Amino acid sequence: MVSLLDIIGPVMVGPSSSHTAGACRLGLLARCLVGGTPDKARLELHGSFARTGEGHGTDKALAAGLMGFRPDDERIRTALEIAEREGLQYRFEKTTLGEELHPNSVRLTVERGQHSHVMVGSSLGAGRVFVTEIDGYPVEVHGNSHTIVLLAEDVKGSIARIAAILAEDDCNIATLRLTRKERGGDAFMVIEVDEEPGENVRDEIRKLKWVRWTHRLDKVSA
Amino acid sequence: MYSSLAAAIRDAESQGKSLGVLALEVESRDQARPVADIRAALGRALVVMRGAVDQGMVGDLHSASGLVGGDAAKLRHGPPGPLAGTPFRDVLARALAVQEVNAAMGVIVAAPTAGGAGVLPAVLTGLAAARGIPDEQIITALATAGLIGAVVAERASLSGAEGGCQAETGAAAGMAAGAATEMLGGSPSQVGHAVALAQQATLGLVCDPLGGLVELPCVFRNATGAAIALAAIEMALAGITFAIPADEVIDVMGEIGREMDVRYRETAGGGLAATPTGRRLARERMVQIKRSGA
Ligand code: SF4
Repeated sequence: MVSLLDIIGPVMVGPSSSHTAGACRLGLLARCLVGGTPDKARLELHGSFARTGEGHGTDKALAAGLMGFRPDDERIRTALEIAEREGLQYRFEKTTLGEELHPNSVRLTVERGQHSHVMVGSSLGAGRVFVTEIDGYPVEVHGNSHTIVLLAEDVKGSIARIAAILAEDDCNIATLRLTRKERGGDAFMVIEVDEEPGENVRDEIRKLKWVRWTHRLDKVSA
Repeated sequence: MYSSLAAAIRDAESQGKSLGVLALEVESRDQARPVADIRAALGRALVVMRGAVDQGMVGDLHSASGLVGGDAAKLRHGPPGPLAGTPFRDVLARALAVQEVNAAMGVIVAAPTAGGAGVLPAVLTGLAAARGIPDEQIITALATAGLIGAVVAERASLSGAEGGCQAETGAAAGMAAGAATEMLGGSPSQVGHAVALAQQATLGLVCDPLGGLVELPCVFRNATGAAIALAAIEMALAGITFAIPADEVIDVMGEIGREMDVRYRETAGGGLAATPTGRRLARERMVQIKRSGA
């Protein structure tokens, strides 16, 4: 559903909604995977991100997102210097991530303490973004809502259990998508919630024996 | 939001409302958010739009490549032309100003995109200043613009990479034309004609920025996009109608965009970007960007 405020917005640092604002949002999403500013980040730019990224500040915007700056934050302009000061070690590479991928795409490998995660995302235009892969798993995350992704063994009542954890935290489920390759195989869930889930939600979900892997991604749209 | 302008016009007329008021109510229902909240968000957008106009008028901004900047100030302070002292010249200056701010990594409102961000603020704030229109009315007009943009997003595209510049500065011209027509007292059906008149003028417009950067011709396309919007507003308010309905003009814009060769869709492979001078400038400036680490 198109919202008025997607059309009249976002408020952002220029010059390009896809190459600057969208890039910043992808950085913000990757930051969620490690729960804070990464110590190290490797950013592989694909397609038009690789070709015209420098002139559009795509590199600055990605680094800014990793540090938690939003698309309207004027610190984007000097994000690379700030990153150096704050100890975010970044490395940009130009690459090709595959023919089918959207031309404005990036693979971010982020490390913080013990944790290291990989995310592939695209900037679709007008600041909208789309995450297609996390840690090698195919996902579909738009960052328009707070989102929980998880991979679970196919046990009965799994959805009810997750829904109960969210309800206890007063989180309303907006959408839930479940995909499963085969009966009894692992189930992949993408859950969008209306409110920001608390830390305890993730911890509770992580405690479930049948959950193999889970992440929480924040809402990054305006 | 609506995916047909005709349907929105019909509802607005039958309920005796402006399209802007209707858009606010529909948005409130769609997003489960009070109208006052949405108005407040649009009000914040208006503040940023004005800030960009003011910042760009000073004339001391530099883009990454140095290809654009300082031209808004020339319209404001430079030698007069035949339109000196008219809202027309002021609107052109405002459009250049916002887009120069954008190219210099300043703060703007993408409306609908960053590349086309100069048209709507220029037309709305310029005409509102000329006519002494209060902010509350400009905010309602922003909602009208949002509705028109949503229809374009649904039926065609709002991305130069997908549909050429007709989908960015062209769509912005349609949004600005419709929104300002309503702000100046036009009826919902006059808004429809204004959108059609503006959008038909930009059909086929390619996206061909030098070096792929949102600078040249983008800055100037915003000024000419605003000029097209002003022409459409003047005609629509005079009671001129355009025989092809806005929805169909928008559909054809989408169709042309889909058939446009990839060279004309933000890849810098064709159009002005591929002219001998365009290529030379892009080459020189890119080297400069790398060197300065900008
Ligand atoms: S030429 Fe392309 S990049 Fe420039 S404003 Fe038009 S659509 Fe946007």
